[in-house]
Amino acid sequence: MREQASAQARFSMLWLQAGSCGGCTMAAIEHGETGWFGELEAFGVDLAWHPSLSEETGEEALAILERIASGATPLDLLCVEGSILRGPDGSGLFNRFGGSGRTALDWLKRIAPRARYCVAVGSCAAFGGVPAGAPNPTDACGLQYDGAFPGGALGEDFRSRSGLPVINVAGCAPHPGWIMETIVALRMGDFAADDLDAIARPRFYAKTLAHHGCERNEYYEFKASAEKLSDLGCLMEHLGCKATQAVGDCNQRGWSGSGSCTHGGYPCIACTSPGFEATRSFLETPMVGGIPVNLPLDMPKAWFVALAALSKSATPKRVSRNARSDRVVQEPRRAGAPEA
Amino acid sequence: MSRTIVGPFNRVEGDLEVALDIDDGRIRSAEVTTTLYRGYEQLLDGRVPLDALVIAPRVCGICSVSQSIAAAAALRELAGGRAADNGALATNIAHAAENVADHLTHFYLFFMPDFARAEYAGRRGFEATAKRFKAVTGEAARDVLPARRRLLEIMGVLAGKWPHSLAFQPGGTTRAVGMGERVQLLSLVAEFQTFLESALFGVALDRVLALESLAELDAFADGPGRASDFAAFLRLAADLRLDEVGRGPGPLMSFGAYHGADGPLFARGLRQGDEVASIDAAAIGEDVAYSWMREGAAHPFEAETVPVAQKPGAYSWAKAPRYRGQAVEVGAFARQAVDGHPLIVDLLRRDGGSSVRGRVVARLIEIAALTHALGGWLRALRLKDAFCRQLEIPPDGRASGLVEAARGALGHWLVARAGKIARYQIIAPTTWNFSPRDREGRPGPLEGALAGLEVGALGARAPVIQHVVRSFDPCMVCTAH
Repeated sequence: MREQASAQARFSMLWLQAGSCGGCTMAAIEHGETGWFGELEAFGVDLAWHPSLSEETGEEALAILERIASGATPLDLLCVEGSILRGPDGSGLFNRFGGSGRTALDWLKRIAPRARYCVAVGSCAAFGGVPAGAPNPTDACGLQYDGAFPGGALGEDFRSRSGLPVINVAGCAPHPGWIMETIVALRMGDFAADDLDAIARPRFYAKTLAHHGCERNEYYEFKASAEKLSDLGCLMEHLGCKATQAVGDCNQRGWSGSGSCTHGGYPCIACTSPGFEATRSFLETPMVGGIPVNLPLDMPKAWFVALAALSKSATPKRVSRNARSDRVVQEPRRAGAPEA
Repeated sequence: MSRTIVGPFNRVEGDLEVALDIDDGRIRSAEVTTTLYRGYEQLLDGRVPLDALVIAPRVCGICSVSQSIAAAAALRELAGGRAADNGALATNIAHAAENVADHLTHFYLFFMPDFARAEYAGRRGFEATAKRFKAVTGEAARDVLPARRRLLEIMGVLAGKWPHSLAFQPGGTTRAVGMGERVQLLSLVAEFQTFLESALFGVALDRVLALESLAELDAFADGPGRASDFAAFLRLAADLRLDEVGRGPGPLMSFGAYHGADGPLFARGLRQGDEVASIDAAAIGEDVAYSWMREGAAHPFEAETVPVAQKPGAYSWAKAPRYRGQAVEVGAFARQAVDGHPLIVDLLRRDGGSSVRGRVVARLIEIAALTHALGGWLRALRLKDAFCRQLEIPPDGRASGLVEAARGALGHWLVARAGKIARYQIIAPTTWNFSPRDREGRPGPLEGALAGLEVGALGARAPVIQHVVRSFDPCMVCTAH
């Protein structure tokens, strides 16, 4: 792998922060047993400039960006973190780019067409994210999406030099692996249009639901629900969990080592989905007639209701007791065996 | 006199622009511009109060836990209850892990690389400094990222993930830690301590915790700690007289941090010279004379946030927080000075105020103190007890959550009406430190620290400007939020 990468020309990456919280950079530098810098080096990826990490500051940094914008320095990959703020009144002035007399929106429009690949890191850069929530005070959007709709700052027809649309590494913040694996797969020339889902998220992590692999699976199957935060039970029925409706391999890999949202005891908020920020009362499940309004992504409602009723009636006492506790209070044992 | 606009000011969190009036090799005055406004206070308006736990942490991906606990503290005050003891301890553990990670990131990735800049080539020890601390390619950058990553595995065990966790609730934390997990967490802390003792301090943590004066610090740097990164900084600070630059405005404020049954680990208060007074939260107000904001009430329980893109004289998206009309400095130096840490108090007296050196020393001392505290909090968990208590949030009321982020005092002020947020105001640490002028023309702390600075023939390119700005460890994404 290492030899193959170094045999090819180097691969340059520019990272820009727009209307961001900086959390996607924090996630990226969490990646790798030997450290992110070492990993980039191992794959022959050069950091042309990164606002949090590079030495060059002020006019030195502007000179790098100017050379890329003019085409004098070729660029393989542009990563953008943060929403693109178009306001006020289309001026982009909510996000000035320090020392340049320009806005971040302006720099993006100049640099993106020069990049062979363009990656939106995080749900803000992908779709608008939290800053695009009502009342969207800054007219925030994503690079190529405005919520779920194509468009955004660069427009529906934008293609990077490779011919690919902006790749949306959605998540708030995304798993460090989603970011790094996308960068390296691009560097290896692995990405084709059909490796992206319908809204340009990499299928390698977006092809499953956040629910898949959830450690609360038995509680889900029996509809043994947590009634309050810190309970062990399924978080879908009462506590707003959207893991059955949101994409991600969230529960198939560890976050910050061994974690995940549902492992941490709180619901999935569907942070990989456009418009997730529009939810009101994240910690409650909206219900109509005792049935959750939002059902698992591809499950017919009648079946869900029927199966839920059946599984609730079949729930072992152990499962229903543990579901309403913050620790296991009853252990599994063979049916009919004497109580401990 | 010439005016120079410096930016993008990188290796801070977010982006920053500084306008400098330079005359005869000296900065006459500075204007600090916060370049980004996302409107978080507007985004929170009208939501149910508990949704602040989802939205507020996303103000900042660097001090996300701090934003979470400020929101949770405000909600807890609104509910009028207490968190479960274990939940308070688990919150301290996650908060300290984040704080230590922030200090570490600042020292190794943001601050030290400036000493590897070409402007310093030829100075004593430059080759060794550049080899160790060069941005991206230096040895230290390679060493610190794996250590930081392992430290943050504390979040995976306790809080699901980092950044942006929902584990921090008004009543405690959402995952009960078991016997095996406590051991996992203690192992992570021990492993991190090994990194500190080999690279950052070069001596056992206990010896760093015992440092009580500048004389002892110098003896450490010349003696047993000689090969450490801390000592490398102290030599650079002595060589470049970093104790003489970056003077803050005087008042040092801390909201107090890491609360437990016996009160906070680091005390709350306002220090001016040798006097430490209690804080009157009603004396906090924000001025918007030079902000791209509409004029309105000053106190965060009454204030509005209405951006105005065109406003004569305005130059920043940040408001200007003042305490009794004064600019105050916040951060690790202020926190340790208010708490009366003997070494920091000694530096404060000898330097005649805060300085570039003082701020960096305070952060590194705090890394040691918090790593030590992590072990204590982990052992104090009572594993058979609850971690989260259920608190009812009333539909109406007002409350504040005043906490400490790594970079200093962080406040959330919340007004609820009919079950919805009617007002949410945030004052972040760098809002204090990097505020613009107020209506009286008083500069913010960084503006004051830059005024009068000798920059010589290099003018706006003088590296000392980089040291002064980064010594505050600014978080610009938090600043205007």
